Amino acid sequence: MPDSQPDSSHSDSNLSQNEPKIPLRVEFSGGLELLFSNQRSHRITLPSTVPHGDGTTKPTDITYLIDWLRRNLLKERAELFTDGATVRPGILVLVNDSDWELEGEGDYQLRPGDEIVFISTLHGG
Amino acid sequence: MTPTPKTCALCSKFRAIIKRPKTGQQICKECFFFVFETEVHNTITEAKLFSRGDRVAIGASGGKDSTVLAHVMKALNERYGYGLDLYLLSIDEGITGYRDDSLETVKRNQQQYSMPLKILSYDELYGWTMDAIVSQIGKKNNCTFCGVFRRQALDRGAAMLKVDHIVTGHNADDIAETVLMNIMRGDIARLGRCTLICTEGEDTIKRSKPFKYAYEKEIVMYAYFKRLDYFSTECIYSPDAYRGHARTFLKDLESARPSAIIDIIHSGEAFEVKEEVRKGQKAQQTCRKCGYMSSNDLCKACTLLEGLEKGLAEARIIDVGGRTGSHEMPPEEPREVTKLDPS
Ligand SMILES: [Zn+2]
Ligand SMILES: [Zn+2]
Repeated sequence: MPDSQPDSSHSDSNLSQNEPKIPLRVEFSGGLELLFSNQRSHRITLPSTVPHGDGTTKPTDITYLIDWLRRNLLKERAELFTDGATVRPGILVLVNDSDWELEGEGDYQLRPGDEIVFISTLHGG
Repeated sequence: MTPTPKTCALCSKFRAIIKRPKTGQQICKECFFFVFETEVHNTITEAKLFSRGDRVAIGASGGKDSTVLAHVMKALNERYGYGLDLYLLSIDEGITGYRDDSLETVKRNQQQYSMPLKILSYDELYGWTMDAIVSQIGKKNNCTFCGVFRRQALDRGAAMLKVDHIVTGHNADDIAETVLMNIMRGDIARLGRCTLICTEGEDTIKRSKPFKYAYEKEIVMYAYFKRLDYFSTECIYSPDAYRGHARTFLKDLESARPSAIIDIIHSGEAFEVKEEVRKGQKAQQTCRKCGYMSSNDLCKACTLLEGLEKGLAEARIIDVGGRTGSHEMPPEEPREVTKLDPS
């Protein structure tokens, strides 16, 4: 698949300079890219731990990434991307080219350099 | 919580990269390609879809299903020596910004798979593009037009290519969705029929669905891991909200229990229409205007076209099943699928 556009860079504005960060590459395809400025590939940086209610924190996982993408990168029709705290059924997720169902799905803890791919299966045959 | 990499359940050698929705099995990339292709091969041989020397057209839209189908058909034809002549057949509905782009994908597929490509447009067949139809009737019901026109266009294209058989990329999810739609409409006759792997009209070409048991998830994963080139923009006119709900419902069921898709197909198969029910339907004749096979005096496409030309915005064929009215007029033209009288 052609990937002609350059990556766009985003980072979490809450990120302080000293906190460990997780740089990631996120890719959208199968029509999902249309919801994300029609851009397939994005480079983002997330903090390594994130708030988890009651003042506690948790290591940054895909569930957090999905929410972050919805809040920061998604441009339209959020209901086509998320369903509750996860992706809408029919969207496949790959972690470093492996089905996220093998990786703990939303609980997968992100590591620097991870490549997360979201593919919609819902668009035409 | 980062699980340790799992080893392939089939070869015990490589890292598993997919959890199969059908079986829950965790397998590596090479084993996945092999089992996916082998299952399609088994579907083809068990249903005895082809004979040696058959000319087979792949209905190619540029989307994921037909792109994967073209790839797999070519691979299986070579691997198992089916002896088929394969063609790509595409329909240009005349939808600016949608079909023109996806046809570019099909043209690349033609090069990649070195298969002859035939493109037929609604404009040349019917004198109407979908853009023109939508500007006349609006976005409601235009899927009805498109569906009727596409079916006939594929048959005509197949006749031009002199093929015996059209294969389409309909997958298990599509068929399960259609079963649900037919249940919701109470259309028992079509409920059984929609699960058939191969259908053949009186004088039309065989049509079959080699992906009948292939899950959409696996088709998309296959395309992803093979880096296949496909087009994935939703039709800009697709207003079929009812189908959309059926699809969402199906995907919800699938995420709760992946076997739901196959289970629904099996339910549809259990409704297979008995011969007595079929006898109640009208005998096939040919359309007096275009000669296409039809259960009425005018075929569905010509009826829709008449409505369009009269400017009847509301012209709709409610009973596409063709059980209405008693038209006794004999066909005025001989059967000739490739010609369409433009008058
Ligand atoms: Zn293996
Ligand atoms: Zn006709």
